[in-house]
Parts: sequence; structure tokens; C-alpha cells
Amino acid sequence: MISLEKRPQPSRAWSLATPLVAVLATMVFGGLLFAMLGKPPVEAIRTIFWDPLFGEFAFYYRPQLLVKGAPLVLIAIGLSLGFKAGIWNIGAEGQYIIGAIVGASVGLAFYPYEAWYIFPLMVMGGALGGWAWAMIPAVLKVRFGTNEILVSLMLVYVAEQLLASASLRFLKNPEGFGFPGSRNLQDYPSAFNADLIAGSGMHWGVVAALIAVIFAYVLLNRHMLGFHIRLTGEAPRAARFAGVNPSRLILLCLGMSGALAGLAGLFEVSGPAGQISIDFNAGYGFTAIIVAFLGRLHPIGIMLAGGLMALTYIGGDIAQSNLGLPSAAIQVFQGMLLFFLLALDLLTNYRVTLRKSEVA
Amino acid sequence: MTVPLLSLQGLTKAYPGVVANDTVTFDIGEGEVHALLGENGAGKSTLVKMIYGLVKPDSGQMLLRGQPYAPPEPRAARADGIAMVFQHFSLFDALNVAENIALGMENPPPMKDLATRIREVSEAYGLPLDPYRTVGDLSAGERQRVEIIRCLLQDPKLLIMDEPTSVLTPQEVEILFQTLQKLRSEGTSILYISHKLEEIRTLCDHATILRLGKNVGECTPAETSARDMAELMVGSTLHTPERSGREFGSAAMDVSGLSVPSPSAFGTALKNVHLTVRKGEVLGIGGVAGNGQDELLSVLSGETVTEADAVKLNGEAIGQLGPVARRRLGVLAAPEERLGHAAAPDMSLTENAMLTGSVRQNLETNGFLNWGAAKEFAETVIKSFDVRTPGPENAARSLSGGNLQKFVIGREVLQDPDVLVVNQPTWGVDAAAAADIRQSLLDLAAKGAAVICISQDLDELMEISDSFAALNEGRLSAPRPAAGLTVDEIGLMLGGAHGMEVAHD
Repeated sequence: MISLEKRPQPSRAWSLATPLVAVLATMVFGGLLFAMLGKPPVEAIRTIFWDPLFGEFAFYYRPQLLVKGAPLVLIAIGLSLGFKAGIWNIGAEGQYIIGAIVGASVGLAFYPYEAWYIFPLMVMGGALGGWAWAMIPAVLKVRFGTNEILVSLMLVYVAEQLLASASLRFLKNPEGFGFPGSRNLQDYPSAFNADLIAGSGMHWGVVAALIAVIFAYVLLNRHMLGFHIRLTGEAPRAARFAGVNPSRLILLCLGMSGALAGLAGLFEVSGPAGQISIDFNAGYGFTAIIVAFLGRLHPIGIMLAGGLMALTYIGGDIAQSNLGLPSAAIQVFQGMLLFFLLALDLLTNYRVTLRKSEVA
Repeated sequence: MTVPLLSLQGLTKAYPGVVANDTVTFDIGEGEVHALLGENGAGKSTLVKMIYGLVKPDSGQMLLRGQPYAPPEPRAARADGIAMVFQHFSLFDALNVAENIALGMENPPPMKDLATRIREVSEAYGLPLDPYRTVGDLSAGERQRVEIIRCLLQDPKLLIMDEPTSVLTPQEVEILFQTLQKLRSEGTSILYISHKLEEIRTLCDHATILRLGKNVGECTPAETSARDMAELMVGSTLHTPERSGREFGSAAMDVSGLSVPSPSAFGTALKNVHLTVRKGEVLGIGGVAGNGQDELLSVLSGETVTEADAVKLNGEAIGQLGPVARRRLGVLAAPEERLGHAAAPDMSLTENAMLTGSVRQNLETNGFLNWGAAKEFAETVIKSFDVRTPGPENAARSLSGGNLQKFVIGREVLQDPDVLVVNQPTWGVDAAAAADIRQSLLDLAAKGAAVICISQDLDELMEISDSFAALNEGRLSAPRPAAGLTVDEIGLMLGGAHGMEVAHD
């Protein structure tokens, strides 16, 4: 009989190994899935994991990795702070949209005036927008005890309506021949979040993501606030005993994750996307939840997980076009990754023991 | 000689790194109240788990009335007439008594019949209990009755009781003992686990003493002094905490007219609590669990803030200050629940040292943490309080209850508090360690700190308190000097016949 035995303390080895084992398991079972769909499994896995990095067209895909990975990491870092404290912000997608709208609005308000301070103002606007959107579930939770999961999630749909309204009405490009969408910020130098080194994919969002990783690492390991965040997640009563004010922590954690999601939105709209459009949001806010957990809520882990997730996105796209894999299969593949991670997570705290069935 | 009811022969059970039971052999006779004595970690729990079918012995055998007995699971043990009342109740607060009992039965009869049977059995054994009352409203003593009656309904031949009196008032203990004696007179054997020696001397016919998993001696409790039994248990001479004649200073902490609503549906509201504790004084607060102990501690520690004037430190209003501000002023606390309240289970001892030590031990500068200093502080606590652990990097939950308790108390005592509030400071701690903890509280008081010790262990309170007050349903009695209080007076202060009224139809 197989049984689970609680470990006296979490296994450090397993907590480091589970992401790797989960990736391997996903490759095996994903390969089986692809084989059942009648596609060559080894080639499909290679296309997803190898080609974007070292394949023939890697020079094109590598910058894409940064472009896709940066917003994921930026959002996931913010989410992980809340998740560590047991505060579940599921609505990063909405904060991402609002950050983009507010940031773009700030920039477009100056159009066509050129000045060095426009982009920094947009960055502040983006962070502020995301922060304000996250403050709605935060304040409701603190004041009325509402569930932040539901409220933040519902606000995603509200944000999507605002996005549609922005691209059809208040931010609509007056010279856009009636097409929905704002002016393209890529054509407005003061507001354009260009690659810092041309063609590298390294825009300000990537820099911000790196800073966020370092910031979160220091916060969680060296600062009282980070200690209180971890403590609240581990043992809420002990946290109160230590002097943590739960309401303050909710406001702080939701605020920080909102601001970072807003920043991600701003960097996206002013850079790779270029404009506010109806379908501007691409699900980064939701995927970042997976990234946060895949990275074990650890800043360095999240950075690696963001890269891995970006890889499966890009690799998945290549597999779709080159091998004709259905996009649903790619999504199942990505789902498997999270599933295996969560399932294997059990091994950190439990030991699997094989016991001889005890018959009297 | 007659065949004993249950005969244990050379029972051995080893866990990785520790032999919990090492060739334990003894007999329990028919109609005998047999005491199983031993410190925490002596292997009492493992032994009864083997008898109850929760754990398999590695070697050795058990004979039930001369027949080999090896229950694969508790259900089989129950079928053979063995029942157990656990130390920690497994009852659902939101269900009533009969529903709770039905949940534990294989084939529960219709609720109406069950209620009638509960009434019959409870009255037959002098344990009045209304089957339709909600368990959440019952006192600890009444909850225990639910567990006992759940066992008695199975008509057991052997009743195992694990530390049954730890949650009872003296009067409730009295009633329990009458019940147990009635059971004995009907031929039921009882295996009684405890470390309260006086109880064992009055109740038990025979005692087996375990130390480090081995049977180190047997005795007839009525003919053996408590001190001799204690020394058998501990394996060395015991020292009793010493109190030197102390002078009390001015009032250190002063609580007046404090009322706090209950924080949850099954919590207790504090009602008009007054208390004063002077510098150098140990104030003992007795009471049965669930009468407001947790709530009182959280008001004193700052987890629950109140009107500023309700709590005063040296005359300054501090009721509105949170735990951090109070620690800065020298008010420290050690809550009862070790895992999850006093300490974070999955965090290391270093991190748990940071948890309350950051303010007074200068473990942070401008919010940045000094983990090196926290580790040193944790090591100091481990060393001075003899906490058995490989090192401060181990998770709190990897420590045994007693060791973690030593860590939690040591962490506060070593921060040199002006006022220390502790709740159940020696709960689940072995006799030698408990003596050390009590001594450290007395030493603290001797240095001029005011100590408030909330406890359900009256012997402990009598040993260390200068004055004594009792909590009953959120009300605190007026403190009285502890010297000269009799057990009866204390019982009355605790609420006397609290919860003793006969169940009404």
C-alpha cells in the first residue's frame, strides 16, 4: 500500500527538484499526447523547447523570449508577494489593462509634444493605474471582508470593457480612418519604449522585471516586511502575535502586485504592442499566476519560470505553424506543467512510503 | 492465579532514530485501575496506540484473556471491548451531543433511541449530559463526558484514558473519579495515563512506570510516595522550584473594567476584568480551558487592542498599542498554542526567534533584518533552556512539544521583560523541564519583573503564584494571596459546580 507520511520539515532537495521533475514529466506526457494526435513527439518537444533558443531562426526568437518573459516575471513577482501571505490577487490581468490605459493616456495627453519626462510620467501613470485597480478589492476586503479572489477576478471583465471603450472612444486614433485603437506609441518617440539595444528585445520592461526580482529577493529575505509577508502566509495567528497588522498587509500586497501589473501593461502598450486596442491583453495576468507557482513563489524561481513559460509560448507557436499542432494541444501542454508542479509539490512536505499491507 | 484481562509481553516499537517502546511487559487485571506513568516522550502514547490498534508492534505480543490479541485497526480493538478517551477531543462544535456520538458509531441507531441510551448511560454513571445540547456550548469537562459516554455505549472491558483530568476543575475530577470507581466495581478495567501523581495515588490499584520506552518499575501507588514515583519517572532527583521571600514593588500592569466581545462564535467574551500585578509578583490565573484564557492573553499582549485606559503599564495607558509597541515597553507574552500562534511551524528556530525578538534584541535596523544576530539569539535560547534540537536552522514543528515550549518561554524570558504574560507555560512538558520553566519564571520575578501566569494546572499555580485569581466565563475573580488557599476554595473560585447541573428533560 502506498501511503503519505508528513516530513518533520520540508525537504529542501525536493523543493528545488520539483520544478525540474515537473518539466520532465510534462515532456513525457506531452510527448504521449502529441503522439496520440499523430504528430512526432520528439520533434514536437524539440520544437517547443529547443528551436526557440538554438534552432535555425533563434536570432528572431530569442528577443521574443525577453519580450514575452518580462511582463510575466514582472506580474508574477507582484503576485507572489501576496500569494506568500495568503492574499489571492487573481485579477492581475485587469490591473495590467488599466495600467496600460492610464499610462497610454498620460503619454497621448502630451501628443505630439516631445520631452524627456513624458515616458517617466507614463511609467508612473501605469503603476498608479494598476495600483488603484488593485485597491478596489483590497479596500473592499479590509472594510467589508469581501473575497479578494472574486472581486479582483470580476474586475478583469470590467477592465476589458474599459479597454474596449478606450479603443473605440476616448483613446481612439483621430487619424485612424475609423479603425478601433489608439495612436501607435511606437511612432511617438517621447512615449516609445524602444529596445535599449536595437533588436535585442531588451526594453525598459525587461529592466524593470530584473529590478523587481532583486527587490523582491531582498524584501523577502532581508526585510521585516517580507518576513511579515511570509509569516502571515505560514501562520496568520503567529503573525498577529508578532505584530503584523493584517489590513495593512492586504493593502500593501495587493497594492504592490497591482502596481507591478500596471507597469507591465504600460511597458507592453508603449513598446511591443504599441497601441491600445480591443484585444490588447493577451492573458499575461493569468499566465503569471502559473509562473508564480512554477517559480515556487521565489523571485529567482519566478525569473526562470517566466523564461520557461515564454519558451513554451514561442515554441508552441512554432509547433503550431510548423507541425500543425492544434492550439488546444499547446494549452493542454501548458496546463500539464502546472498540474505536475502542484502534484509533485506534495513531495516537499510528504514522503511516499511503500508499506507492506498489514494483515492481522 | 487468574488470567489477567490484558497481558503485554515484550512489546517493542522503534521509529527512525528512537525506540519508543523497548520490551515493555506488564499485566492489567480484571476490574483493575492501572496507571501508566511517565514523562513526555516516555512512550506512553505509543504503547496505548498499540493496544488500541493504531500502531503495530515490531515485536512482542499481547494476550487478551489469554488469547493472542493483535488488533489491525481501532475498529477491531473496539470490537474486542477496548475503548479509549483521547486527551484531545475529536468533537464537532456545531453538532449536538447525540450527533457527535452517532458519528463515531459503526451502525448508529435512530437518533431518538440513541438520545435515550445516552441519557440512561449518563445518569447511570453520574455524568449528566443532555444529548441535544450543541457541543460548542459545553465546558471542557462536559465535552470529556461526551467522549466517555461514547466509549461506555460500547460496553468496554478495558477503558483507556489519556490524561483525562488535565482540563477539569477539582470538583469535576471528583465526579470523574466516582464514575471510574463505579466502572471498576462493575468489573471494567481502566488503563489510566497521567503524570499527576496525587491523582494516581487516590485512584489507581497498580502503576507501571515508563522511562525512555522501558518499563522501569511497578508499584502500588497508595503505598508509594509521590516523590518516589516522580523520581522513578524522571530517573533522577527532582528539585522543586524555589521561591525566595520577595518584596513587591509598585503596580506594573493594571487592567481595569476591561470588556471585550468574543472574537468568534465559540470564543469567550471578557467581562469587566480587573487585575493588578506588582513588580516582583507572580499572579496565577486559574480556570478551565475555554473560559477566556486566550482572549485575556491577547488583550495583554496587544494582539487585541482595547481602549487605551483599560490596560496600563506603570500608570501609562497602553491599551491601544499593538504587540510591537508593547514589546518595546517591556510587555512580553507566550501564548498557549505553540504551533501556529507562539511559533510558525514551518519556519526555522532562527526565524521564530526573529518573530518576537526583533524589537528588544536589536535584530533589525530600519526594517532590515540581521539574521546573524537572530541565529545567535536562537542559539542562546536553545542553550540556556536546554532545547533539544540539532540546531537553530530546524523547523519549529520538528521539535517535540516540550522542547518547543522551552524555546517559546525561553525566547521571552531571555528578552528581560518587565511584564511577562504566559498561558499554560508547562503544557505537555516533562516534569524536569516544567520545573526549569517554573524556576525561570520565579527568577524573573525575583529580578523585579511582574509575571502573569495563566494555567489550568492548579499545582503549578500553587507552586509559583503569590496571588491567585480565577477566570470563569470571561469573568476574573478578585485576586487573593495564594498562600493558604485550599483546594476547595480554589475550586469554588474556578466556578465551583460549574457545568455540574443535572441534565434536564
